[in-house]
This record gives sequence, C-alpha cells and structure tokens, in this order.
Amino acid sequence: MLGTTFVLALRSIRRHLLRSFLTILGIVIGVGAVVTMVTLGNATTAAVQKQIASLGTNILQVRPGQGFGRGGGGPRPPEFKPEDVEAIEKQVTGVTAVAPQAQTSVTAIYNGNNWSTTINGTTDAYFQVQPWPLQAGRTFNAPEEEAGKAVCIIGGTVSTNLFKGADPIGKRFRVGDVSCDVIGLLTIKGQAGFGGDQDDVVIMPIKAVQRRFTGSRDVRLMLVGVDQAYETSQVQASLTSLLRERRNLGPGEEDNFNIFDTKQISDTLTGTTTLLTGIVTAVAAISLVVGGIGIMNIMLVSVTERTREIGIRLAIGAVAREVLLQFLVEAIVLSCLGGLVGLIIAQIAIVAIAPVMQVDFVFYPGINLIAFAISAVIGVVFGYFPARRAAALNPIDALRHE
Amino acid sequence: MASEPIIRLRGVTKVYGTGPTAFQALRGVDLDIEQGDFVAVMGPSGSGKSTTMNILGCLDVPTEGEFLFRGHHIERLDRDQRALLRRKYLGFVFQGFNLLSRTSALENVELPLLYRGEARAARRDQAMAALDKVGLKDWWDHSPAELSGGQQQRVAIARAIVTHPDVLLADEPTGNLDSERSVEIMELLTDLNQTSGITVLMVTHEPDMAAFARTIVNFKDGLVESVDTRHRQGERVRAH
Repeated sequence: MLGTTFVLALRSIRRHLLRSFLTILGIVIGVGAVVTMVTLGNATTAAVQKQIASLGTNILQVRPGQGFGRGGGGPRPPEFKPEDVEAIEKQVTGVTAVAPQAQTSVTAIYNGNNWSTTINGTTDAYFQVQPWPLQAGRTFNAPEEEAGKAVCIIGGTVSTNLFKGADPIGKRFRVGDVSCDVIGLLTIKGQAGFGGDQDDVVIMPIKAVQRRFTGSRDVRLMLVGVDQAYETSQVQASLTSLLRERRNLGPGEEDNFNIFDTKQISDTLTGTTTLLTGIVTAVAAISLVVGGIGIMNIMLVSVTERTREIGIRLAIGAVAREVLLQFLVEAIVLSCLGGLVGLIIAQIAIVAIAPVMQVDFVFYPGINLIAFAISAVIGVVFGYFPARRAAALNPIDALRHE
Repeated sequence: MASEPIIRLRGVTKVYGTGPTAFQALRGVDLDIEQGDFVAVMGPSGSGKSTTMNILGCLDVPTEGEFLFRGHHIERLDRDQRALLRRKYLGFVFQGFNLLSRTSALENVELPLLYRGEARAARRDQAMAALDKVGLKDWWDHSPAELSGGQQQRVAIARAIVTHPDVLLADEPTGNLDSERSVEIMELLTDLNQTSGITVLMVTHEPDMAAFARTIVNFKDGLVESVDTRHRQGERVRAH
C-alpha cells in the first residue's frame, strides 16, 4: 500500500511541477541557508584555530605599550632591553625560553631581483618557543648570535621572490646595505588572518639587526615560551610583577606593556565565531520553519483545489487512510526533495563563498544529515493537517465540488 | 424471478439534517435489481433518484431500511468497508467525466487498479484492454484536455470497467454530450451490459437514453412510482 501511495504521490508531484517547485522553495532556502551557515561557521572557527596554532600555543607575547591596541597619546613607553630578556629567562619560573624580536622593513636584492620584506632579529629561542621547523639548512649557532653575524633564515615568500626556485641555502644576497648569507629556509606557514603573510620574512640574529639596521639595543617584542606543566596565567602574573619592577612602576601606575596569551586570544576568537555561527544559524532555522509553513499552505490550497480529485479517488474505492497517506507522502516527498535541493545548493554556495572568506571547503556530514532529517520531519508535521483534511472529505460532496 | 436480485432495497428512508429543518429525501423505497439488468432511473429533481443512487453506490448510507447486495446486509457498513466494496464490485461513470486532469488516459484507467495493489505490468495490460474495449487504445497517452467529450466519457467508462465490477453506476453519463455522442455512449453501455454481463444503473433525464435500458424506474417524491420492465423473451442476458 505504501508503494502505491508513493506512486500516486510522485505522479501528483509530476503533474504539478511548478506548484511543487514553489512549494519546496521555502525548504530549499531554509536547508540551504542552515547548512551553508553552519558549515562556513565551523570552517571559520577551524581556520581561526589553525591560525592561532600557527602562532604557537603556550606563548605569551610581550610588547611595550598601554592598553590593548591603544596607539599615540602620551609619552612612548620605553622599549625592552636585552637585559629584560635575560631577567625573564632567569627569574620567572615556568618559562622555557624567551625570544626577543627587533623588526624593520628592508629591501632585499639578489641577482637583480628586488623584494620588500620584513627583517626580524631574534635568537635561536625563537624556534624553541614556537613550532616552526626549517625546510632546509640550520638555525643560528651561538658564535653567530654572539657576534651578530650577517647570516639569515628566510621565509618561503622571500625565497620564491628572490631566488626564483633556486636553492637559496649558501647564497649571499643584500638586505639594505648588508650582505647576508642564507643558512636556513623555513617551511611554509601560510597566510595568517592577522599579520598578513607570515612567510614574508628574513630572520637574522638580533644583534646583527640591532647593530646594522635599527641602531639601538631595543627589543620590540618578546615571545615567552611557557612550560606545559605551568599555568599560563600564573606565569603571566609573575612576568607582570617582574616587568613592573624592572620598569620602575609604582603601585598606582598602569602597566606600560602588554602581555597577550595566544591561548586566550584563541579561546576568545573561537567563542566569538561560535556565537556568531549560532546566531546566524538560528535565523536560518527560522527560515526553515517558515518553509514548512509554506508547505502546509500550499498543501491546504492543493487539498481544496483537488477536492474533486479526492472525490474521484474515494468513489473508485480509496479508503480514507490511503488518501491521507497519499497527501502525507506527497508532503514528505516534497519536503525531502526540497531538503535535497537545499543541500546541493548549500554545497555550491560553500564552494563559492569559502575562497572569499579564506576558509577551506569542508563537508560536515552531521549538519547535512540533520538538516535533511529536519526537512523530512517538517514534511510530516506540516503535511499531516492538510492530509487529514483531505481524507475526511465526503465523497459525494467532493464529487459535486466545482 | 428465478434468481436472487443483486440489489434489494426494503423500506429505505433518508433524512438529511435534524429537527425542524430535516428533509426527508426518501420515504421508504423498495427496489429489486436483477443481475445483468440495464436500469434507467428517472424522475424530476428532488424525487430521490440521486439519493438512491448514492446509497446504491455505497457512497451514502440509508437512515432506515435494508440494503442487500448479493444477499448481504450492507446498510450498516462503515466508511472504509463501503470504500472496499466500491473498489471490488462497483464502477462509476459521472456526468462531468471526472477524469484526473494532466493525466494520461492510461493512468486514469489504471487508478482503480493502483488501489487494488496490482503490479505495474498487470495494471498496464488491464488498463490497455479496457481502453481497447471502449475503442481508445490508440489514445492511451492523451490527457483529458486532448480528448473530446465523448472520448473523455469513454475513458471514464474504461476506468469504471477495468476492475470488472458487478455493477456500473452511471450518473447522467450523456448529460454533457451531443445526441450523436450520447447514442455512441449508450451503445457502448448496452454492449458492455450484454457482452460482459455488467449490471448497469443509469440516472437520466432523457427518455431517448432511457429507451436503451431494459428496466425503467421512475421516482417521485422520495418513492418509487413505477417500475417498467420491458420483458423481451430470449433477450435477457443472465450472468453465468
């Protein structure tokens, strides 16, 4: 009997293609929107987490400055000195390594190729606090760091633009006025959401950068690696009190430096994207319910419009249950069809939007299954009322209906 | 009367509504219809002939009285039981054809078989055979909109007989047709009655059409006024 009902429902849908299409439009849009939103939301969260991970976890970034992101106004807070780096390494428990950084923009030249890039002066600790393996070559040794030798490790972008595919290791190129030997090549890290191209960098011993480029012993930024066994918040607290002491800040004075916990940033950003995804999904879910009501509407109109047809069916011997089932199956088939089309449209939309949002296309089976199941449930729920109405018709009245 | 009538009504009344607005459509109808008969039901509007046909077609139930079909009491069957009875023993032809629009002749004829749960191939074969019987074999894939009125009524007749029913109920089958088409439809019904032994019950206003029937039942004021049976010896076809 179910097979018969199915045939009847399909025939009826085929007879009214335009109406069927209009009926499912709401479901198509609802399912499409929900799946697109959830998928892109998840992909964004994943991308954010990946970017944070590429910065390294369990790292405290320490910069001079007052307040988060506040620029200008008041005297510039003093820069850190190499002594601060040493003091942190020695006096703060739970610190694995401290990588000082001094940065400046330069033009790199090799064999007639010019490339504007950032030069980042640091120490070997840079490679200890964050996971950034070399693709080839080696990191600095102690004598090179001590002497501030003009040796460098270059990022993938610099390598590509200066050496055009040739092996850069052992080559000598010019950075500003300085000749520099390439001793290492970094693996490609990829685009970061904030901070641009992480591979567009030349890394040199900090002493070399300070002496030959910035002309001062200033340290612009410190990356403090935290031992897994210690709480970052605890380490951050002792780091703060040490720096306050070293920078002669009185009890009432504000910090003139900022400490960012990458894990904290990660959590905050993940929380934000999850929340946004939730809100947008909720809006999309409402459209799904509206789509269901659309199905009910059209099915009710359809029952009225097809009163005579129902009369014919009853007269030639359809029992009420069969008429009910036919309309119910029709509604379910329609809404499932709508769900399916919605899923397909969602995948197309995701493929189209993902590159714009700089996230990877990911297929999440879960949300697709759930959205499809919901569309089927909507068919049952919103199809039942019109179907019951059809089945309750009196054949004599139905046949007389104009 | 040699055999038990296929349909027997005894003291059938039908009251629509209740209280002071109640309307008594049938006031105690007694009627016997022999198997294989061709009956024309006539009478003015409101005489009770449509109500009687609805009861005979198991679309409605009498308020009081007995309705025997092949000797079985069916006046108290519920909705679904009556539907199954219609499915098994009855065929319907309506004045307005009542075909499903945008549906081929074949699918229209197949419809009762679908409700009987016949397999696809069997459905098709039987539906084609029925279409062949009404002379529309070559029109199987046409939708009602592509067929003339006479052809539509033939498709409707094919749909009614595809299940080989015992009784064919026709409600003014020629009401929407010109006289030439009407005669063709009547000849088709006569042929089905004589060759297949189907009992035909037909409501009509036109004496010309009623002339095709063997028995004419006249209704008046909710009662059977007269039954005019034209016994023509040797012509009566009995079911085997």
